[in-house]
Amino acid sequence: MAEQKSSGGHLAAVRTPEDIEGERRFDAIIAEDSRIEPRDWMPEAYRKSLTRQMSQHAHSEIIGMQPEANWITRAPSLKRKAILMAKVQDEAGHGLYLYSATETLGTDRDTLNDQLLTGRAKYSSIFNYPARTWADMGAIGWLVDGAAIANQVPLCRASYGPYGRAMVRVCKEESFHQRQGFEILLELSRGSKAQKKMAQDAINRFYAPALMMFGPSDQDSPNSQQSMAWNIKRFSNDDLRQRFVGMIVEQVKVLGLSLPDPDLRYDEESGQWLHMELDWDEFKRVVSGGGPCNAQRLARRREAHENGAWVREAAAAYARKQQDQQDQQNQQDQTAEVA
Amino acid sequence: MSSTVIGQDGQDGQNNQDNQNNQPGEGGQKPPTSAGWPLWEVFVRSSRGLSHVHAGSLHAPDAEMAVRNARDLYTRRNEGVSLWVVRSTDITTSDPDAKDMMFESPQGKDYRHATYYKESEGVKHL
Repeated sequence: MAEQKSSGGHLAAVRTPEDIEGERRFDAIIAEDSRIEPRDWMPEAYRKSLTRQMSQHAHSEIIGMQPEANWITRAPSLKRKAILMAKVQDEAGHGLYLYSATETLGTDRDTLNDQLLTGRAKYSSIFNYPARTWADMGAIGWLVDGAAIANQVPLCRASYGPYGRAMVRVCKEESFHQRQGFEILLELSRGSKAQKKMAQDAINRFYAPALMMFGPSDQDSPNSQQSMAWNIKRFSNDDLRQRFVGMIVEQVKVLGLSLPDPDLRYDEESGQWLHMELDWDEFKRVVSGGGPCNAQRLARRREAHENGAWVREAAAAYARKQQDQQDQQNQQDQTAEVA
Repeated sequence: MSSTVIGQDGQDGQNNQDNQNNQPGEGGQKPPTSAGWPLWEVFVRSSRGLSHVHAGSLHAPDAEMAVRNARDLYTRRNEGVSLWVVRSTDITTSDPDAKDMMFESPQGKDYRHATYYKESEGVKHL
């Protein structure tokens, strides 16, 4: 990552006394499960790992606006339009909270934005699937945001202060997203035969990708162990996935629909939910740019950024004009005082 | 490039008071800016009579726009009745390395707390 400040320069061959003391204090803070704040000394790997995770998270929120924004004009009622707009606005907000928190680690906004627009940064694979029908708004809210919450609630206790605090705000808003999605599906499942079928079809398409949102299984997750040691993550990918499956298995009954998983059952012996094998090759392909909508999502983001340039320029020009007027006024006041 | 944004330093703004009153820590470091826009720290008062609490940060070209952006970003759900925005660069904080020097002195001074005085327990209206 560009622009990373090496706070203690400990990547250099020689470790300074400050580094050694800094590391001792860092380890002590982590050991007592306290929070690291931006100005504290931190290992370069901790800074890098957090920057990667937090910016990926921010990018996901920003790209995640697209599949839903596509449905605002086609939402079935004014109320549903208003709800969907509020949700899309929330996603933008989440992205901004997280970008701000990421900036405290020393990578500025333009750099983060650039990494997304040039395709160097990753974001959640789920947003590269198309949202084909109105029912997809339900499935995305219930399954995708549901998986996001399961993942994000423990992150409120992440060892990095600004991240944890941003996540508290995100989680509060996220539960509205999940409930509105559930309600969309519930309403469709109580509707006509065709509507119920549409709801089931949306669940069928989003179930496996939603389970993949927790990331590869524990033995294949390269960063998990270190993140847990640093108290960034509190539970492993598989543990979180388990917990999520246990929740939706109950919720889908209320919907009167089913999960598309022939292998799904609770194993009393291990106390685990057994679910179908997930296609990790597909996951890798989609994350690294080969999904059905990756190119479209990035092109749309670049277009929005370029088309929004005039807003940024206008805001800056307005601020300059205000400042000039203020300066002029001050000068006049001074002249008047002298006279 | 500094590794820190000063205003993010407080635990939910609780020690903002300290930040303002204390010696400059690592002065002269500029927080990151975006497109030349300064970074602002946003404080929200949740209701009259309570203190403003740090809500987060944002970029904006000037103070007025920062307030507007803060309204859009941090108060969509009745979060409060008043907003403060402060340029991140205008916040001076204590040096984290001087933590002991700054904050250790209250230790061992239990007599500063009412609960220290046990003899008067049970005496009414005291």
